[in-house]
Amino acid sequence: MSTTVSQIDEVKTSPWSGGRSPFNVEYGKIMMWFFLLSDAFTFSSLLIAYGALRFSADVWPAADKVFQSVPGLIDHGAPLVFVGLMTFILILSSVTMVLAVEAGHRNSKKEVMGWMVATVIGGFMFLGCQALEWGHLHHEGFWWGSVPGPEELKALFTKGSEASQHLTSQEFANLFFTITGFHGFHVFTGVIINIIITVNVLMGTYEKRGSYLMVEKVGLYWHFVDLVWVFVFTFFYLV
Amino acid sequence: MSSAESHEVHHDGEHESMSKKKIWQVAGILTLITCIEFIIALAVVPSHPNLLRFANPVYIILTLAKAYAIVAYFMHLKFEKMGLILSIAIPVIFIIGLILVLTNESHHWVDLR
Repeated sequence: MSTTVSQIDEVKTSPWSGGRSPFNVEYGKIMMWFFLLSDAFTFSSLLIAYGALRFSADVWPAADKVFQSVPGLIDHGAPLVFVGLMTFILILSSVTMVLAVEAGHRNSKKEVMGWMVATVIGGFMFLGCQALEWGHLHHEGFWWGSVPGPEELKALFTKGSEASQHLTSQEFANLFFTITGFHGFHVFTGVIINIIITVNVLMGTYEKRGSYLMVEKVGLYWHFVDLVWVFVFTFFYLV
Repeated sequence: MSSAESHEVHHDGEHESMSKKKIWQVAGILTLITCIEFIIALAVVPSHPNLLRFANPVYIILTLAKAYAIVAYFMHLKFEKMGLILSIAIPVIFIIGLILVLTNESHHWVDLR
């Protein structure tokens, strides 16, 4: 049998002719990237809607008056302290996630395991903080469709009539709980996925497979959650 | 995924650019930027109220810097092939478009309130 092949039967090797992956990235990782892109659209739609409503309002509750407590420790007069702690926890859990990915490249099961457990703990700490924050605001009277009484609201504003203070507080409460709730739901999902991956690492699934690519894929999701928080933090707590 | 494919992805050495040292450097930058935001919000603006109008643009620039650090280094996009970088970065135009459209729209909502 002849070993020469005709031109058309030759195995194609150039990137865009089907020979190999043009992006040099495994399929699941590309799909994770495109899922995150679509998720970025969802989050930016929510945040831009918030921005548009806030732009068109004549008054808006002042962030450093609404968020000025550390639940369980300081009742008022400590703006940004608690959310600063939350931000730091989430950044740190992102760092432990990259360290898990880095350990995965060296096929070091023990180190991947340690960093994944640290990431899961970070995720739970963030969720716990968010539950306290929500509980505190709910206790003050904020919720979907409800705001504190006019006297309490007056303390959160520098100007505006009672009616406009009531209206924009309601908009603020709805947007705050919807957007941080949607983000918190992503954190919760991320923690669940991280736990599943940690169990797989422990059982040696990826060691047998020869690569810790799954850790990278969930890592992308976890960093995205951190990325969204960076924007939520700026637009709800700073601006 | 075939095992041959994973073999190829694993061995092209594209990931060696994120060392432990680099990871902690990026983490340090993210923490530093967050600290600068806190200093602006807690110390600079309360003592210099006339700087308030500069605060929001500065926050947004610092936030975008943080977003770049997370996407480029933690999510490793900077070290991927240009094709992948562009297919993720270019659709962000739609987000900018929505910002422009709804910012413009919100000016009309003022009259409706």
